Amino acid sequence: MIDVPDLTLVDWSRAQFALTAIYHWLFVPLTLGLSFIVAIMETIYVKTGLEEWKRMTRFWMTLFGINFAIGVATGIILEFEFGTNWSYYSWFVGDIFGAPLAIEGILAFFLESTFVAVMFFGWNKVNKKFHLVSTWLVAVGASLSALWILVANAWMQNPVGMVFNPETARNEMVDFWAVLFNEVAVSKFLHTISSGFLLGSMFVAGISAWYLLQKREHHLATRSLLVAGVFGLLSSLLVVYTGDSSARTLARAQPVKFAAFEALYDGRSDAGLVAAGILKDSDRKIGKKVVKDFSFRIEIPGFLSFMTGGNTRAFVPGINDLILGNPEKGLLPVAEKMRRGKVAQDLLRDYKNARAGNDSVKMSTIRKVFADKQFIEEHFRYFGYASVENPEDAIPNVPLAFYSFHLMVTLGFYFILLFCLVLFLLFRGTIAKQRWFLWILLFSILLPYVAGEMGWVLAEMGRQPWIIQDLMPVSTAVSRIGSGSVITTFVLFAVLFTVLLIAEVSIMIKQIKTGPNH
Amino acid sequence: MGSSPVLIKRVFRFYYDGFRSMSWWGKRVWIIILIKLFIIFIILKLFFFRNFLNEKFDNEKQKSEFVLDQLINSK
Repeated sequence: MIDVPDLTLVDWSRAQFALTAIYHWLFVPLTLGLSFIVAIMETIYVKTGLEEWKRMTRFWMTLFGINFAIGVATGIILEFEFGTNWSYYSWFVGDIFGAPLAIEGILAFFLESTFVAVMFFGWNKVNKKFHLVSTWLVAVGASLSALWILVANAWMQNPVGMVFNPETARNEMVDFWAVLFNEVAVSKFLHTISSGFLLGSMFVAGISAWYLLQKREHHLATRSLLVAGVFGLLSSLLVVYTGDSSARTLARAQPVKFAAFEALYDGRSDAGLVAAGILKDSDRKIGKKVVKDFSFRIEIPGFLSFMTGGNTRAFVPGINDLILGNPEKGLLPVAEKMRRGKVAQDLLRDYKNARAGNDSVKMSTIRKVFADKQFIEEHFRYFGYASVENPEDAIPNVPLAFYSFHLMVTLGFYFILLFCLVLFLLFRGTIAKQRWFLWILLFSILLPYVAGEMGWVLAEMGRQPWIIQDLMPVSTAVSRIGSGSVITTFVLFAVLFTVLLIAEVSIMIKQIKTGPNH
Repeated sequence: MGSSPVLIKRVFRFYYDGFRSMSWWGKRVWIIILIKLFIIFIILKLFFFRNFLNEKFDNEKQKSEFVLDQLINSK
């Protein structure tokens, strides 16, 4: 007997996961960025022997410690949710998801947490160089933690390196290196950690600006602004560069998501990149689905084609081409993918019947078919489409993808400008007098958080209806539990995380007001 | 042979002194960490986040058959 999940259950389960992930991501990027900034400051201290750098290092290390401590273990809840709310998905992904998460837990987390103790307790107890190495190992450990989580997430965006075993109903990893060096994982990792570096730099710059506004800690603030300005500028350039390569990767691995974040409905050569635009209700339909279209847009001509294909004549498929098909460009319609997915699903049904009838010969034959490269390429890769009702159900929320992408990109360029100005005013020696700019820096602390969350909204919502791209839709993945219990835990999380956030902000504000002399 | 107990003693002393001389914010975040871990591992895990398949089935075979049914019949 199969239970069909009601929409309320799917929506609440998604909302609960989104809430947990969004809150978790408030803590992670600051750990990623601030750990490197602290390591850079301590390196300068060890190289120069100047006590002022030690004082700065210890001050920013305190803020790092508060964030690290409040954020630690908030990601564990996501793993609980996999087992409870997304149990069919967890079973289906098998060791592919489990292996990177286990490596993250054993290797990176222990590396990070062991040396955190040396970082905080080791001043004047271990020698300077050992302390410095520990600080760097914490920074590297934090990024390594992120690597394994992002490898697992990248597999959901672009499943590779596995074979489906019909006996266990699980995917089994056959190529660890394909999973690790999945093109989505590489670009996602670089883009994500550089965004964390940027956020850490903005945090340091904003608080330093506050000290200058208060006419306190001038020396610490200007030195910190210098480190944050250089590291922030390099990070924001890296964010834009890796964002560009990430988009190129998406154009290959998740073309519907790519078309959605540009709201490109009709594929074309010489496709322009939308610099700004507003989407509104329209008469445009794809299948039976009414979609929003531009009421206004500013385009950079040919740039989208150039980004994806290296020249302005390159064809960029639109949502229409990807849903309804485009034989001229070799694009399969979703209806055909549904048929192919159904073939794989029917074969799985045959396997189940063969097992019930103890037909070991047939079972062995079907297992071999599921491991066959041609079958995987032509049928199994579309397995999830067997669960799709209508082709247009494969269209994600276009306005959400479009606005979150464009807000993120706009902020990316804003940060480059901001860090250039920080360095310019520092070198002119007038930054402390530009009070308007210091206020902008202070309030800009919030903006990298917005950009980072928009990036995750794009990555996860832009992939809908899939939990695993083309293999499993969210409606198949969700456990059939009472939606009431999901709503209860949603509220519990909202309260718990809000309390944690208030605790973090209040302890931080108190420590910042106290200053580095404490 | 005798270096291990000395090393263990030094490591213990390192942590002991570290915790004893912790600043106000250190003590406060440790209280928060302990409360948070209690909520996550005792309240949430035990009462709200039981593993769905482990609760329902006794062995791996039953779990795989159940998920197989979901995959075959999902629409």
